[in-house]
Amino acid sequence: MTSLDGTTVGRVETRPTVVRVGRKWLAIGLFLAPALALYTVFLIVPVIQAVRYSTYAWNGLGELTDYVGLANYREAFGDPAFRQAMQHNGILVALSLVLQLPLALGVAVLLNRQLPGRSLLRLIFFTPYVLSEAITAVVFLQILQPDGLVDEFLRGVGLGGLVHLWLADLGLVFYTLFVVITWKYIGFAIILFLAGLQGIPPELHEAAAMDGASSWTSFRFVTLPLLGPTIRIWAFLAVIGSIQLFDIVWIMTLGGPAGASSTMATYMVDQGINSYRIGYATSVAVILFAICFVFSILYQIFVLRRDVAGSVTRMAG
Amino acid sequence: MKMGRMKIWKLLGLAAAVAVGALLVSSAGTAGQSQSVKLVWWHNVTQGPGLKLYKDIVTEFQKRNPNVEVEAVPLQNEQFKTKIPIALQSDSPPDVFQSWGGGGLVDQQKAGKVADITKYVKPWIKTLGGSAAGWQVNGKQYAIPYSVGVVGFWYNRALFRQAGVSSAPRTWPQFLAAIAKLKNAGITPIAIGSKDEWPDAFYWDYLAVKLCSKKVMQQSAVTYNFSNPCWVKAGKLLDQLIDAEPFQDGFLATPAQQGATSSAGLLANGKAAMELMGHWNPGVMQSLTPDNKVPKFLGWFPFPNVPGGKAIPGSLLGGGDGYACSWKAPQPACADFLKYIASPSVQRRIGAIGFGLPVRKGTENSVKDPNLRIVLKFRSSSPFIQLYLDQAYSAAIGQALNGAIAQQFAGKATPVQVVQQITKAAKKK
Repeated sequence: MTSLDGTTVGRVETRPTVVRVGRKWLAIGLFLAPALALYTVFLIVPVIQAVRYSTYAWNGLGELTDYVGLANYREAFGDPAFRQAMQHNGILVALSLVLQLPLALGVAVLLNRQLPGRSLLRLIFFTPYVLSEAITAVVFLQILQPDGLVDEFLRGVGLGGLVHLWLADLGLVFYTLFVVITWKYIGFAIILFLAGLQGIPPELHEAAAMDGASSWTSFRFVTLPLLGPTIRIWAFLAVIGSIQLFDIVWIMTLGGPAGASSTMATYMVDQGINSYRIGYATSVAVILFAICFVFSILYQIFVLRRDVAGSVTRMAG
Repeated sequence: MKMGRMKIWKLLGLAAAVAVGALLVSSAGTAGQSQSVKLVWWHNVTQGPGLKLYKDIVTEFQKRNPNVEVEAVPLQNEQFKTKIPIALQSDSPPDVFQSWGGGGLVDQQKAGKVADITKYVKPWIKTLGGSAAGWQVNGKQYAIPYSVGVVGFWYNRALFRQAGVSSAPRTWPQFLAAIAKLKNAGITPIAIGSKDEWPDAFYWDYLAVKLCSKKVMQQSAVTYNFSNPCWVKAGKLLDQLIDAEPFQDGFLATPAQQGATSSAGLLANGKAAMELMGHWNPGVMQSLTPDNKVPKFLGWFPFPNVPGGKAIPGSLLGGGDGYACSWKAPQPACADFLKYIASPSVQRRIGAIGFGLPVRKGTENSVKDPNLRIVLKFRSSSPFIQLYLDQAYSAAIGQALNGAIAQQFAGKATPVQVVQQITKAAKKK
């Protein structure tokens, strides 16, 4: 296919001269230069600097003098608190994919049907996503207080036995946060999936129905495959978001009690901003960056390749 | 979760604008220097009568010193943690900035970021008594305090009466007995803001202050050696308290100061009988009550003495606020400004409006609040005030200490493990 297309194009177009090639590159260069310069100054250079800082013991004051090599990285991977934080991020990734995906998909399919008050329902589901992280966290902090709204509601409907210390129970707090995070971000997944669903031509479902497919079969073999690209993009964002999770956790629990709800990002801020171990915290930042970077690249290569068809760069960042 | 592309570009634009602005400002600054000097003053007073006082201070000081211009920059307290180190690292640090003394000041001094003002303050520093010592490094003065307070129990006298606790407990056993009585009366004995971790550390710190000798306490901030058995014993007594379950439900997630369900809010609204907290607590509680008044039932008693403790009787845990001059600050203008803040006129007003506990000798009676007068009485007669340990130690060690003690409160660390964790943190770079 491609070679055929290529030759066709080649025959039609006149062969560009050297001057024209030069001009073309000049134009590309001129257009790219501002963006590239900003990208270099504000992204590439800081990343390189971070890598450099991460090899020093440095409290953020004074000169970089105490070179420690890879000791910061060794300490991070050896610190039970950081390993616990990494584990939390891992659980979050898994829970997001396993629980949020079917939930969002189900709601999206439901909201894609003709039902009364559909726009209102769509609005309601999407509203939390529009709220800022800080507001979400503060509101839920109030709702989840001991004897707060959740507790009173449970008692009111006769489920007083379900009342827990939602944020103070070391075994529970992380899952409480997961519910809040799901509430906050599920709207985005639903909107994405709705958009994807609307791109599926109804004829396909009609054809499937005429072939005798049940609604489940139609969903499984028509809807789901055609929704593939959307789901894959969402999964990418969900994983990256789960790895970088910070604001809601920081406001609600500061990663506590006793590290029970920490993430890599809260650990990093605790070490950097609260403890002034800037060199060490930077090594944690570099680890975080490396995880996201490697994941992104692998995901592009192995999962998104067919969706983006060669223009890998379009999705980066 | 993830920063959108638009947002990044907006930030970049903003950063570029700020950078250009900074360049303009710095060049403008050099041009004007021949005539007069300018002091940029970063402080953490953003509202209330304190802000008015600060405006008056600026006006009065400028009147007395026509060649000095003072630019006051109020910042949220939380911003200081990130802004100060970055600003000190830059070429245009603030001239005067908030300083809490202790390990943080030592770190800044070691990096050469704060000015030695010893020679400027020598003629008058004695008027501050022992308070000035917390802002010295190796006997040299690097900052000047304007308010120093001590930590103690703020309590609800009505609830104590109701539970049959007739007088404030003076010893550890009496304290535990009072807790038992309060519990029997169905009252939550202690409110604590364990989410913030540092309120947990107050208990451990205080037990150490009572159990360890002054020498051990002072050396710990230099050598970071915690091998003396008094440190583990402090943790063991703390275990006695934790085992008595005196705290409110879900205390591990309770913040210290935000909202009516914070530990200060619980005490202010009669939901708990006491809280171990600094001298700022009435001010915090005031903003958390429906009528915005300091509750009438409020009383104060010092941390109980511990039998067999090595401390000099009357030793306390405390800390305060002060101001330092950065390495680039124009002198003697900066030192003069600190002198003015420490002057009797300003110190009396600090006391009178309830903004702080003045440090200048002879201005103590400006404080009107009866509870704060008691706090001040204990502070003034104390033979030894230990700075809060998280502040006394280098930030990394102080933070590790708070974290380790928070783990003990959560049942995740034993007294021995707490000391091990602090020792380990001290060995890290």
